[in-house]
Amino acid sequence: MPDKNQYDAIVIGGGHNGLVNAAYLAKAGLKTLVLERRDLVGGAAITEELVPGFKFTTFSYAISLMRPDIVEDLNLVKHGMMVMPLTNTFQPGFNGEYLRLGADSDENYHELARHSIEDAEGYRELSNMIDRVCHALKPLMDQIPPNSVSQEPEELAKMAALRDYMDQLDPDVRKLLDRFANCSAVEILDDYLENDLIKAMIASSGTIGSKCSPSSKESGLVWLFHKLGEYDGVFGEWGFHKGGNGGFTQVLARAVEGFGGTIQTQAAVEKVIYENGVAQGVLLADGTEVFAEVVVSALDPRRTFTQLVDSADLPGDLVTAIKDYKFQGTAAKVNFALDGLPPFPGLENRPEIFAGFTNIGPSIEYLEEAYADCVAGRFSRRPFLDCCVQSTLDPDMTPDGKHIMSCFVMYAPYHLAESDWDTERENLGDTVQATLEEFFPGFGEIVLHREVVTPLDIERLVGLTEGNIFAGELFASQMFLNRPAPGWNQYRTPITGYYQCGSGTHPGGCVIGGPGKLAAQQILGDRNAVAV
Amino acid sequence: MPKTTPFHSRLEALNQTKIWKHWSGYLVAPRYQYSETSEYYAIRNSVSLLDTSPLFKYRFSGSDAGELLMRAMARDVRKCKTGQAQYTAWCDDNGFLVQDGVVMRVADNEYWLTAAEPSLRYFRQIARTMNLTDVTVEDVSTQFGILALQGPHAYNVLKKLTDEAQSLKYFRLTQTEIANKPVTVSRTGFTGDLGFELWIKAEDATVVWDALMQAGAGFNITPIGTTALKMSRVEAGLLLLDVDFQSSRYAWVDAQRETIHELGWGWMLRNLDSDDRDFIGRAAIEKEIESQSSRWTTVGLAVDWNDYERVFLEAGITPPKHELYRESTMSIYRRGGPEWDYAGYASTFLYSSLLRKPIAIAKLPLDLAKPGTEVDLEIPVIRKPQNVLARVHKMPFFDPPRKTAALDKEPSHA
Repeated sequence: MPDKNQYDAIVIGGGHNGLVNAAYLAKAGLKTLVLERRDLVGGAAITEELVPGFKFTTFSYAISLMRPDIVEDLNLVKHGMMVMPLTNTFQPGFNGEYLRLGADSDENYHELARHSIEDAEGYRELSNMIDRVCHALKPLMDQIPPNSVSQEPEELAKMAALRDYMDQLDPDVRKLLDRFANCSAVEILDDYLENDLIKAMIASSGTIGSKCSPSSKESGLVWLFHKLGEYDGVFGEWGFHKGGNGGFTQVLARAVEGFGGTIQTQAAVEKVIYENGVAQGVLLADGTEVFAEVVVSALDPRRTFTQLVDSADLPGDLVTAIKDYKFQGTAAKVNFALDGLPPFPGLENRPEIFAGFTNIGPSIEYLEEAYADCVAGRFSRRPFLDCCVQSTLDPDMTPDGKHIMSCFVMYAPYHLAESDWDTERENLGDTVQATLEEFFPGFGEIVLHREVVTPLDIERLVGLTEGNIFAGELFASQMFLNRPAPGWNQYRTPITGYYQCGSGTHPGGCVIGGPGKLAAQQILGDRNAVAV
Repeated sequence: MPKTTPFHSRLEALNQTKIWKHWSGYLVAPRYQYSETSEYYAIRNSVSLLDTSPLFKYRFSGSDAGELLMRAMARDVRKCKTGQAQYTAWCDDNGFLVQDGVVMRVADNEYWLTAAEPSLRYFRQIARTMNLTDVTVEDVSTQFGILALQGPHAYNVLKKLTDEAQSLKYFRLTQTEIANKPVTVSRTGFTGDLGFELWIKAEDATVVWDALMQAGAGFNITPIGTTALKMSRVEAGLLLLDVDFQSSRYAWVDAQRETIHELGWGWMLRNLDSDDRDFIGRAAIEKEIESQSSRWTTVGLAVDWNDYERVFLEAGITPPKHELYRESTMSIYRRGGPEWDYAGYASTFLYSSLLRKPIAIAKLPLDLAKPGTEVDLEIPVIRKPQNVLARVHKMPFFDPPRKTAALDKEPSHA
C-alpha cells in the first residue's frame, strides 16, 4: 500500500475554513486529506444533541459573512446548504421597554420613532451609509491582500492599486470608513443617534467576541466587520443554517467528500514534518506519519507557528508578531433547552419576536459596566447576552413545542484574576440565568437543561487559543495587511509548502470561508507557477 | 403591525376590494371600488376624496423659521406670504434633489411642510449647522390627518360647509371650521384639477370626513385610492418620488441623482439672478447653468395614437389601454439614425382615458427635449419590444382653467 499515507494536500483541522480549503483543493484534483482531532468535524461550528431531541449550537450559532462565491464554487446548495434569514431583532430595555426591528423599513421607522423620531431617520441614514461602506470593502474581502512589506514589483503594484482604489471611493464613504477604522462605535453612533436603547442595540455589535467596550476605539472596526456579511445581497443580514451551524459544516464535509477528498476524525496532528524549509507531511499523535507536498494549517496562528512547527526555524519578526498577536478571548456561551418561549411581559406567545437576535444590553452604560468587570478580571455580573431561539424558525431543532436558546455571553475573560473557569463555570451559568430572569420574569421555570461553555472550554474543545472565537482579535493591528502578521498575510508561511487557512488569516473570523478559499487560491497558484 | 390613519374606521367600511397597501407604514387603499376608472373619473368629472395622511408633516416655528427655510429650500420662501403655499424642492450641496414638498405659511413665523420621506432630522441638522437657535422643527405627522378634496365640484362641496374658501386663490390657504372643527384649507393638490387639501386634527378626522361625504352626496363625491391619484398626476405632469426620481440622500452614485434642471423644474430657479440667498446647492446649481452640464431633462411624451394602434394591430391583438398605468422603466431611442440608439427612458406611462391616448413622463437629453421632437418609445407587444413613435409634449398634459380660476366668478364645473 505505497499510497496509503501519501496525499497531495493535508489540511490540519476540520473547522469550516479547513473544510472549505480542502474542498477547493480536492475540486482542483488534489488528493486531499482533512485531519480532525475530535470525533466530529466543524470546529467551532457544530450542532450537538446534548439532550435527546434538542440540537445545541454549542459555539457558533449564526451565519452571515460566508462568501457567496464559495456557495457557488463548491455547489453547497446541492449538499444541503440552507440559511434562513433572521428577520427580527429584539432589544428589551429597562422597565418593560423594548425595541423590535423587522424586515420592513417603514415599520422599523415607526418602531424606532416610538423612542426617537430623529433617530428613526438617523438610523436610515446610518444604515444606508454602512451599506455603502460594505459595498466598497466587498472586493477586499474576496481577494488575497497585498504584502505590505514586500519590495517585489508585483506586490508594490498591488499596494499602489489598493491606494488608488481607496482614493477613488466617494468622499462620504471614505470618511465613514476611516471613522470605522479609527473610532469607537459610540463615537460613530453619536453622529447619527441620540436614544440610548437604540444606540445600545447597535453598539453591542462593536464588542462581539472582542476585548473592548462600545467606547473603545477598536469597537468601530469590530462593528463594521459584523456588517460585512450579506444575505441575498442585503448587507449585514444574518441567518440560521438548517440544523444549526453544525448543519453547515456537515454540508462542507459532504462537499469535500463529493470532490473526492478524505476526512479523518480522531486524528490529532502533533507536528508538521519539514526538512530544509520544505514541508513533507505531518506526524499524528499516535505516531503515524502522513505525507504531502502541501500541508495547510486551519488552526489559529499561535498553533500554526509555534506548536505545529518549531518557532526557532521561523524568522524572528514573525515569531515576535505571533507572540504579540492578541487572542484574549472574552466570550462564553450558555445554551438552554426550554419548555417554552422566554416570557416577555406584554409580548407573550409571540414566537416571531425571537426569530432573530435578542439582545440583552439595554444601555451603553450597561455594556460599559459589563466591560469594567472584564477589565477587572472577572466575568460580567450583568452580562451582555445575544440570544437566539433557532427553534422558532427551524422545527428540526427541538421536540414539538419545546425550544432551544443559544446565549452568547459577554464578557467572560479567559484570564480570571482571582479564580479559574473550572470553579466558575456554573457561577457563570447562574449569572446568565439571573440576567435572563430580570428581563424574562419566570425564565427559570422553563429551563429543562443548561450547558455552560467558558472560554477555557472553547480552547480545550475547539482548540482556539484563549478561547478567542475569531482565532485572534479583529483589531486593525491584526487585520487585512497584518493578519496574522505583516508580510505573512498571503496564506504562505516561511516553510515552503506549509500554508495557513484559518480565521487568523484574512478576512478573519466568523463562519466566512474566505480564509479557506483564498488560501486554496494561493496554494493552487503556487503549484501552477512551479508546474510552468 | 401597520399603522392606520385617523380616517381608517371610515375607509375600512368603504374598501370594497379589501385590498390594502402600505404607504410609509400606514394602511392605504390602492382603490376602494373594483374599477379604479370610476375613481379616476370622479377627479375629472365630479369630486374625489383622498386620504393623504401618511405624508410626513412638519411644523417650523420661531423667528428663525423663515431663515431656515430660506436657506434650505431651492425656492425663496420669503415670497410665500402668510396665507400662501409654495411647491418647492430642496437640494444637497451638489445641487442634487433631496425631496419636493409643499410649504404653507400659516403665520408670520410658522410654516407647515409636507414631505414624502422623513425629514425632521434633516432640517434640524441644518438649523444646528447654521446656528439658527430660534426655530423649532416638530414632527406633527400623527397630530393631523390630511384630506384631498379634488375635482370640478370640490368647491361646491366645500362651500356647503364653510364660507371661508370663497376667495381662496390657487396656492392660498385659510383657517376655517368644518362641522365646528378647526380645519386649515389650502387650494392645492396633486391632481392638476380644481381642489383643496384639508389639514384636520387627528381627533376630529371622522367628523370632518362625514361632513364632507354628506355635503358631497349630491355631487357624486367618491373616495379614491392612490392609483387614481397617480393616474391623474401624470396628466398634471407631477413627478413622484421613487418613481420619476429618487432622493439624493440615499443614492449611492450620481447616476441615480438628479438636479432641479434635470427634473424639468428650472422654473423654480427663474429669478436666481435677483435672488440674493445663500441656499443649499446654489453654487452647484449656478455652475450647472453656466457650464450647461445638465445630463438630461424631464419632459412629457405623447405617444402617437396611430402608431400605438399599428404595432398591436399588426401583431393581431387590440392595443391595451384600459387602466394602464405603469411605473416600470421603458427605453427611448433616437429616430432617423441607427436602430436602438438609446436616448433616455420613460419613468411613468399612462393610457390617459381622459385624453384618449398614451402619455408618459420621460428623461431625455437636452437636444431631444423640445416640444414636438420625435423619438421612439419601446413598448412590449406580446412580450417583444417594439418601437412606437412619440413626441415630446409640454407638461401638464391636462390643465383646466378651473384649477386656478376665481371660485366666486366662474361656474365651478368650467
